[in-house]
Amino acid sequence: MPTKSYLEAIREGMRDEMRRDERVMILGEDVGAKGGVFGTTEGLQAEFGEWRVMDSPLAESCIVGVCIGAALYGMRPIAEIQFQDFILPAVDQIVSEAAKMRYRSNNDWGVPMVLRAPFGGGVHGALYHSQSLEAMFCGVPGLKVVVPSTPYDAKGLLISAMRDPDPVLYFEHKRAYRSIKGEVPDEEYTVPLGSAAVVREGRDIAIFSFGMVVHMALEAAERIAADGFECEVVDLRSLRPLDRAAIVSSARKCGKVMVAQEANLAVSIASEVAAIVAEECFEYLDAPVMRIGGPEIPAMPFAHALEDFYLITPDKLEAALRTLAAY
Amino acid sequence: MVVASSHAVTRENVDADTLRTLYRHMLRSRVLDERMWVLNRQGRAPFWISGIGHEAIQVAVGMNMEPGRDWLAPYYRDLALTLVLGMTPRDHILSVLAKADDPNSGGRQMPAHYGSRAHNIISTGSPVTTQLLHAAGIALAMKMRGEDSVCVTSIGEGSTSGGDFHEALNFAATHKLAVVFVVENNGYAISVPVEKQMATPNVADRALAYGIPGVSVDGNDVIACYRTARDAVQRARSGLGPTLLEAKLHRLTSHSSDDDQRRYRSADDLAAERAHDCLPHFRSMLEDLGILAPGDAERLRLELVAEVDEATAFAEQAADPLAESALLHVYAEDD
Amino acid sequence: MALTVTMPQLGESVTEGTIARWLKQPGEMVAKYESIAEVVTDKVNAEIPAPAEGSMGEHIAAEGAVVAVGEPICTIETVEQGQTGSAWHQADGEAAAGNGAAAEEPAEQVQPVAPEAAAVQPAAVQAAAAPPAAAEQAPPPVAAAVGAPPATEPGGGGADYHLTPAVRMLVREHEVDLAQVEGTGLGGRISKKDLLDYVQRRDSAGHAPGPAPAAPAPPAPTETPVPAVAVAAEPGARPAPQAAPGEGDTLTPLTPARRAIAEHMVRSRRTAPHAWLMMEVDMSGVARLRGARRAAFEERYGAKLTYLPLVARAVCDALRQFPTLNASWSDDGLIVHRDLNLGIAVALEENLIVPVVRNADRLSVAGLAVAMQDLGDRARSNKLKLDEIQGGTFTLNNTGALGTVLTQAIINQPQAAILAMDAVIKRAVVVDDAIAIRPIMNLGLSFDHRINDGLQATRFLRKVKDLLETIDDTGSLM
Repeated sequence: MPTKSYLEAIREGMRDEMRRDERVMILGEDVGAKGGVFGTTEGLQAEFGEWRVMDSPLAESCIVGVCIGAALYGMRPIAEIQFQDFILPAVDQIVSEAAKMRYRSNNDWGVPMVLRAPFGGGVHGALYHSQSLEAMFCGVPGLKVVVPSTPYDAKGLLISAMRDPDPVLYFEHKRAYRSIKGEVPDEEYTVPLGSAAVVREGRDIAIFSFGMVVHMALEAAERIAADGFECEVVDLRSLRPLDRAAIVSSARKCGKVMVAQEANLAVSIASEVAAIVAEECFEYLDAPVMRIGGPEIPAMPFAHALEDFYLITPDKLEAALRTLAAY
Repeated sequence: MVVASSHAVTRENVDADTLRTLYRHMLRSRVLDERMWVLNRQGRAPFWISGIGHEAIQVAVGMNMEPGRDWLAPYYRDLALTLVLGMTPRDHILSVLAKADDPNSGGRQMPAHYGSRAHNIISTGSPVTTQLLHAAGIALAMKMRGEDSVCVTSIGEGSTSGGDFHEALNFAATHKLAVVFVVENNGYAISVPVEKQMATPNVADRALAYGIPGVSVDGNDVIACYRTARDAVQRARSGLGPTLLEAKLHRLTSHSSDDDQRRYRSADDLAAERAHDCLPHFRSMLEDLGILAPGDAERLRLELVAEVDEATAFAEQAADPLAESALLHVYAEDD
Repeated sequence: MALTVTMPQLGESVTEGTIARWLKQPGEMVAKYESIAEVVTDKVNAEIPAPAEGSMGEHIAAEGAVVAVGEPICTIETVEQGQTGSAWHQADGEAAAGNGAAAEEPAEQVQPVAPEAAAVQPAAVQAAAAPPAAAEQAPPPVAAAVGAPPATEPGGGGADYHLTPAVRMLVREHEVDLAQVEGTGLGGRISKKDLLDYVQRRDSAGHAPGPAPAAPAPPAPTETPVPAVAVAAEPGARPAPQAAPGEGDTLTPLTPARRAIAEHMVRSRRTAPHAWLMMEVDMSGVARLRGARRAAFEERYGAKLTYLPLVARAVCDALRQFPTLNASWSDDGLIVHRDLNLGIAVALEENLIVPVVRNADRLSVAGLAVAMQDLGDRARSNKLKLDEIQGGTFTLNNTGALGTVLTQAIINQPQAAILAMDAVIKRAVVVDDAIAIRPIMNLGLSFDHRINDGLQATRFLRKVKDLLETIDDTGSLM
C-alpha cells in the first residue's frame, strides 16, 4: 500500500471526490492559483477549473455564507478557512445559519458542506496561526466536528464529511501535514464520522486524545511500558459527536484516565470527556481523571522558549502518566 | 445611481391586467397583515412583524420573478413577496400560531421567519443580513450549473450597515452573479433613524463602490417599482450581474408587536407617515385610470377577507407540534 | 452567584484553622471586608473578612470544625454579575498555589494535577507520620476543588484505606481480604493494579497469600524508631522508614503546631548549611547594672529588667554593624534587610512561637524590655496578632532562662542566623593570671554558611560580646 503524507491524503480525498461528484467545489483564499498556502489544493484548479476551485475575496463570513448558499442550491461545497484562527468572523454563518438550517426549517433545508481549516501549533506561527479553537464548535447542535490524526483517517474522514448531508467542520493539524506519513489506499474508502479508534491497547491507563497529541501519547505510552504500565491510547477522531461508547469502554477497562490535548484546558474537549467518564465510569475509576492541556494563556507565543512552554510534548505526557500510574 | 419614477400616465408601460394583479396582490397581503395584528392584539398570536407599507416594491419584485425557477432569500417584512411566489394565507396563519404544519419551520421559529423549499424560498433566521451571502452562493451555484435563474434577496436599510452586506455585494459583483439586492428603506431600524444608520442619503449610492448599478425608487410608486424590478431581474438573468435596488418607502406600523413607535416618533411624524400609504394611492390611481371599476376594490377586499377568515379558522383547528418532536431534525439522520 | 470562601493562610506555616465562631448567619447581609468568622490557629487568632458583598450562604464548616487551608468554609451569595468565574478563580488561586508548591512538576500543562500533586507532597511528608489518615485527606481534582471537602471513607471493611470505586468493586468481585493486600499507590494506598496482582497471585497459588512484593519497609515493631523525616521529594515516592508504636506505647496524634514545627525544622536544616560558633561573655558589667537598676526600672516601666533586653540591645547594635547577619539568601543575591525585626523565641508547653519586635533597633533597653514582656505575655495567652509573628529578620533565643549552658539552635527560615543566649553562671575564670569568679554567659550563634562565613559570623558575635562586656552601667536605659 502506498505511503502518503497527511496533506497528500487530504488532497487526494478532495480530488477523487471531485472527480466522482461534480457538485463538489472548493472556495477559499489562495486555494486556486497558489494551491493553498500549505499546498493542500495544489493542482486542483488546473484539473477542475476556476469555478470549482475558486479563489475567494479576503472575507471569511463571505466564504462560509456563499458556501451555505451554494449548498442550499444543491452543491457540495468545501469552504476552506486559511487558518482556524481566522474562522471567527464566520462564526455567525457557521453557528446561526449552517448549524441551525435544518432544525429551523423543520427539515425543509439542510447544508451539506464541509469547512476545512488547519489548526494547532509548534510551527512558530505565534498567537494567530497556532490556536486550537475546535471546542467552541463542539457544543453546537447541528454541527459535526472531526480531527484526523493519521493520513489514512484524513482521507477517509474527509470523504465521509463530503458525503454527509450536514455541515462538518474538518480540522487538520498543520504540523501533521508533512511530518506524519502513513499507508493510504489509492481506492475509495470512508472512515465513519462519530467513531474513535483504539490505536494502542492497554489495561492500566486510558489516554484519550486527538490530532498531533495522539502521536505524542503513543510515544509516552511506549516509554512507560518499560516500567510495566500499559496504556490504551484512543484517538477520538470525532469531537462532535464524541464516541461515547469508546470512551466509556476504554475508561472502564483501565480505571485510570488521562485526556490530553493541545488546546487550552478550560472548557475544552478534555472537560467534556472527563465529564462523560465521571458520569458513566465512576464505579470503575481507580484515580481522579487527569486532564492535560494548554496553559491559561490566550495562545502560544512566537519565541521558541515561550512556544515550548505552551506545547504538549511526549516528555510532559510521560511525566504526567507516571504521576497517574503511581496514584 | 439612477432615480426611477413613473410619470403621469404609465399605462403604456405596464398593461392593465398586470396593474390589476399588482393591486390584488398588494391588497391580499394587506388584508392578511391586518389580520395578523388582530390575532396578536387578541392574544392568539404572541408575535407579529409587519410589511404594511412595503407591499408595492415586494409585489413589483415578486411579479418579475419566475416561480419554480428563481429563488428568494427574504427578510421578515416580505409577507407580500412570499404570497406572490405562492405561499398562502393558510401557510402564514399556521406559522403565526406556531402549528405543526407551519411550512416555514413547523412552529420552531418566530413568525415571519420565512422559508419554503416548495417555493424556492430559503429558510431565514433572526440574524439579519446573513441571507445576502446565501443569495450570492445560490447565484454562484446557478452560474456554475449554467442556469439563467435569478436569486432575489431583500433587507431593510439597517442591514446595509452590516459586514455581510459588503461581503455579499462584493462577491456577487466580482463574479457577476445573478442577484438582485432589494433594500426596503423605510427610514427606521426599529427606533434608529436612517441618519444614525449611514452618511449616504441613498443606499443605492453604495453600489458605486462595488461597480454595480444602484437604483433608488419611490416605494410608493407601484409602477416605477415594477419597471425597476423588471430591469434588475432581466439584467441579472442575462448574466450582466447584480443590481442594488433601493425602494424608499414607509413603515406604517411599529417595528413589531413588541415595539411601540409612539415612544420615539412624534404624533405629527406618524400622521405624515400614514399619509404615504401605497395601497390607497394605487387604488385611487387605478380607479382614475378606469382599471378598477367603482366597487371593484370593495368586492375584492371582501373576497380576500373571506379567504383570510377561512385560513384563520383552518389554522386554529390545526395541531400543535408534539413536545418530543423538539429533538428531531438536528441532523439529517434524525428523520 | 454563590461564592465559595475558603480557609485563608493565616501565617507562613499555618496549615489549618478552627472555626471558633460564625459572626454571620445564613441569610445575613455581608459587606465586603466585613468579618464573617473568628478563626483559631496554632499561631494566631484571626477574623476572616468577606471577599465580596452579598449575603451569607451556607456554613460549610460548623463552629468548632477544623478546616485545612484552602478548604471551603462557607458560601456567600453575591450580588454582582459575572461571578460565575469566581469559583474558577478560587480554583485557579488554589491551582496557582498548588503550582507554586509543586515547583518540581515539569510543566504548567499539568495544572489540574498540580494541586493534587502539590497537596500530595506535604501529605506524603505527613504520610510518613500517619499514612492512612493523611492519604484520606488527599484533595479531589481541581474540577471539583471548589466543592465540599472529600467525604470520609464509608465503611471500607473497617480498614482506614483510601479505596477508589474501582478497587471496591474488585474487592467485592474477588472476595478479597484487604488486610492481605500490599498497597503501592500514593501514600500506601491499594491501587487497582495492586489488587489485581494480589488476586492473580492468590488464585494461582491456591489462595495462599503470596510473598509480599518489593514494597517500602512495612511497619515493624522491633525496628528502631526512625525520625519521621520523609524524603518524599516527588509525588509517588515510597514513604521513608519510620518508627511505629510498640506494645505499651501510646500514639499521640500530631497537633497542627507540632506538624508545623517539624516541617519548619526539617526544611531549615535541609535548606541552610548550619555552622555554629560560641563565645563566652563576661557579664559582670551587665550584672552590676542590672543589680543597681532593677527595682527602679520595674517600677518605672512596669517591665522586668532581665538579661534579655540588655542582650537584645547589644545584638541590635551589632547587627547594624554587620548587616549580612540581618539578611536572607536568594538565588539572585543576598537580601540585606532594611528593617531589623528581632524575633524572641518563646517556649510554650505545646508550641514554639517567635513573636517579633519590629524595628527593634529603634528601641532602647527600656523599650525592648516593655515590648518583649508584652509579646511574651500575649504569646503565652495566645493573643498574638498575625503581624507579630511574621517578618522577623533575626532571632534571639533565651534558652538560658531555663538553664542551658550550650545551645545550638536551628535557624528560623529565611533568616541568616539565630543567637542562643545560655544561662549566666558564675564560673571560675582566669583574670590577669589569677582565678576570679565571674558571671559567664555563653552565646551560641548558628548561622547559614551560604550567607556568611566564619569571619563575618565571628566578628558579629565578637561585637555582641564586646558591647556586653563594656556596657556602661551608669548609662541611660532609655
